[in-house]
Amino acid sequence: MTHKKNHVVELDDVVVRFAGDSGDGMQLTGSLFSDSVAFAGNDFATFPDYPSEIRAPQGTIAGVSGFQVHFGQNNIHTSGDLADVLVAMNPASLRASLKWAEKDATLIVDSDSFIEKGIIKAGYDTNPLEDNSLVGYNLIKAPISRLTKEAVKDLDIELKAALRCKNMFALGIVLYLFNRKLDSTNAFFEEKFKSNPLIVESNKRVLKAGFIFAENVEAINPTFRVQPAKLKKGTYRNITGNRATAWGFLAASERSGRELFLGSYPITPASEILQELTKHKQFSVKAFQAEDEIAGICSSLGASFTGSLAVTSTSGPGLSLKSEAIGLAVMTELPIVIVDVQRGGPSTGMPTKSEQSDLFQALFGRNGECPTIVLAAISSSDCFYSAYEASKLALEHMTPVILLTDGALANGSEVFKIPKVADLPVINPPIVEPNDPDFKPYRRDEKKLSRYWAIPGTEGLRHRIGGLEKENITGNVSNDPLNHQLMVKLRDDKVKRVANYIPEQKIIGKDSGELLIVSWGGTYGVMLTAVERLQEKGKDISLAHFKYINPLPKNTKEVFSKFKRIIVCELNNGQFVSYLKMNFPEFKYEQYNKIQGLPFMVSEIKEKFSSLLNE
Amino acid sequence: MEESQIKVPVIPELTKEDFVSDQMVKWCPGCGDHAILSSMEKVFPKLGIRKEDFVVVSGIGCSSRFPYYMNTYGIHGIHGRAAAIASGVKIANPELSVWMITGDGDCLAIGGNHFIHVVRRNLDINIILFNNKIYGLTKGQFSPTTPKGAKTKTSPLGTIEIPFNPGELVIGAQGTFFARVTDSNPKMMVDVLFEAARHNGTSVVEILQNCVIFSNNIHALITSKETKENNQLHLKHGEPMLFGKQKDKGIILRRTNLEVVKLGENGITEKDILIHNKFNHDTGVHNMLARMAPPEFPAALGVIRAVEQETYGQALMDIIDIAKNTSPLKSVDDLLNSGNIWEI
Ligand code: SF4
Repeated sequence: MTHKKNHVVELDDVVVRFAGDSGDGMQLTGSLFSDSVAFAGNDFATFPDYPSEIRAPQGTIAGVSGFQVHFGQNNIHTSGDLADVLVAMNPASLRASLKWAEKDATLIVDSDSFIEKGIIKAGYDTNPLEDNSLVGYNLIKAPISRLTKEAVKDLDIELKAALRCKNMFALGIVLYLFNRKLDSTNAFFEEKFKSNPLIVESNKRVLKAGFIFAENVEAINPTFRVQPAKLKKGTYRNITGNRATAWGFLAASERSGRELFLGSYPITPASEILQELTKHKQFSVKAFQAEDEIAGICSSLGASFTGSLAVTSTSGPGLSLKSEAIGLAVMTELPIVIVDVQRGGPSTGMPTKSEQSDLFQALFGRNGECPTIVLAAISSSDCFYSAYEASKLALEHMTPVILLTDGALANGSEVFKIPKVADLPVINPPIVEPNDPDFKPYRRDEKKLSRYWAIPGTEGLRHRIGGLEKENITGNVSNDPLNHQLMVKLRDDKVKRVANYIPEQKIIGKDSGELLIVSWGGTYGVMLTAVERLQEKGKDISLAHFKYINPLPKNTKEVFSKFKRIIVCELNNGQFVSYLKMNFPEFKYEQYNKIQGLPFMVSEIKEKFSSLLNE
Repeated sequence: MEESQIKVPVIPELTKEDFVSDQMVKWCPGCGDHAILSSMEKVFPKLGIRKEDFVVVSGIGCSSRFPYYMNTYGIHGIHGRAAAIASGVKIANPELSVWMITGDGDCLAIGGNHFIHVVRRNLDINIILFNNKIYGLTKGQFSPTTPKGAKTKTSPLGTIEIPFNPGELVIGAQGTFFARVTDSNPKMMVDVLFEAARHNGTSVVEILQNCVIFSNNIHALITSKETKENNQLHLKHGEPMLFGKQKDKGIILRRTNLEVVKLGENGITEKDILIHNKFNHDTGVHNMLARMAPPEFPAALGVIRAVEQETYGQALMDIIDIAKNTSPLKSVDDLLNSGNIWEI
């Protein structure tokens, strides 16, 4: 049966996954596709999935690099479960990615790459395009390599350089498939390669060739249309979690009037925060690439003493190395934000994979009684607000704040409604005026219990602080037993009182009922999507998703008390649930954990919750 | 018409008393640290720096109690990390005069990495390294500068490790300033600290400090009355390297090595003696001077190396200025609205 060409099917949302060899430029292809999606007014989220090796052997499963785009006409909170469209540039990427595609997905493959060598390298016994193993899929065999060469044959370009454009052929096909225009992508070529017109021209030609190929191929029928999303009026951009984190600090620096200092050491998946901030010297940002993780935080702490908004960014293993210095920050009661972009652990673990397993370390991983504020960003764009708020809390309460994000948030991107900096909450650090006669290093604000910030260079405030226990108020070194107990209590109480300055825990859905889903941090999008879908079906299910971990919101106990069952879902072996048991032992908690370095899928948790509701 | 006024910051005359803290000094009686503290209190008021602009940073160890005893802004940090903390202070506010107080264990063992990197960056801070060749605060274990074979709490049969020579380490790490003094020569200490403060870049001053409890007389060959004339070479820029009671011994360069000679012997005259050039960018002679040790050689004291080189702070301010002048982004709002954005 042949459809009439131009038959268009309307869809609510679609997941497209681009997969190829590390050198095939799949990250670029994916982000160019998301740009076109953005210009068409869809809401979307993206997620890159790349190997930890920079260039694993060509054509092998280990070298497959992927980029997933989920877009739609409704609010999109996740980068999607399974792909509706999978682009595979070689046999290895088909083999590695097929498990991430729906059983009836459209597969676009470069048929030229399915030659014996490639097939064997990928670990196939026979050619999957010909052995009927792909029955059920909508398989589009495109001779991408050959047609790419064809498209640029009369340009004076080397074969190798020409083949480097083949990802644009694939993009051309996908753009046709979704009834998109080529304008935004062509504009990108012109900007990006402006010094090399030949590269601009070849990319344009290959993109167009892909588009025309798709137009003429019977197999690509129908095509799809996704209507623009009904987003609130405003100006939007696409943003990754790491960039949002960096920008949140920039905003906090501008709003607080404190120069931003970042002391950091490169580590996956946090390095982009350091890289991003090194770009913004026009805002006087001092982004210091230290010799190690310890120097990262210690230099930040020095800058904090000196009056800067001080930040250090890292991932799990780096947080371990920073523990002692976090203790010094707790003891000296200086403001500092420690960002931990969590990855699979322990030890080196799975550096490019995401996990929520540093929660215990953030809460407890130090010597002595050593509480800090702990926040967890809940989405890529929320990283902006979380970084801002972490800065505000650190500066106003004079204490370290650990901000947990994760690899998935950090590298994933989503649509971000651009705020005005002036609309963000004010930040008022407790800076001491010159020659204040009442100044004592450890005199405290009565409400917050924070000490005051006396910045070097200020007249009349010379003082010494350090890691030795200090006498309350005077700050003199003290070994007095009762003073130590008092200081431990004061430091603890100071953090506890932060609960008076953070919002109450919100519930999505009814505030009482059968089943409460509890989750925290980066899983928000998936949890929200799953719970909302079940709520739409009339299920008695609510969601309490936590961003404030220490202290917990004041109404947490009340929230829990109104539900018959509570299930705590997290990407670790049960750390938040243990923390809740410790804080509120009166409730019974069930738990759902996934520790595979992968995010939850909406389908799997929906299934889990449905079965719980049916028990 | 109004006279335009140029504001010259007026720094009130300061004295030693401006820097004496109210804290009880708790070092052992007879410890070399007392003399160092007293020298620092003499140097600070003379530098023409506001007393609020000094920051003293330390790590952990006997010497690291220092910040509590100076009435300045101060941080007593954690073990080994003073260089990193001090770096943050100085980068955050280049106007401050930053002094790092550290010991041989703090600086060269646990803090070795931070030390070589701060030196490499030539950040404009002053590092005062109290070298007593032992761990004092933890009660007598060997340190990275303890001489090979020395019996300590953790080397009952003598250490089997080759010690570091701080000067060589500094020069190897691209250091621009290295000086060595003894805790028993307050005049030289004051002069050298003064020069260290004035140097643009990382200044490292090694002070041969005596720990009366755990390594008493460790530097005796260099510092004792009987031997010091023959075992100390006081370096002065532009002057020949002469030493000995009668100033009749000197250092010459023979082929690629230094050698001790006596004036008058084998036809040696003062003209043959090496002239000290602390500004020499070449590290060869400086390195050999730092390495000299009794009994074969005298120990070189004074400023061994003081070369001009761009500091980290200057380079950083330069690129910040360029960025400010050339970036189209004047505010974070500009940044948020830069690049690919769209309206809905
Ligand atoms: S133990 Fe040694 S270094 Fe420490 S205070 Fe006593 S004499 Fe000085």
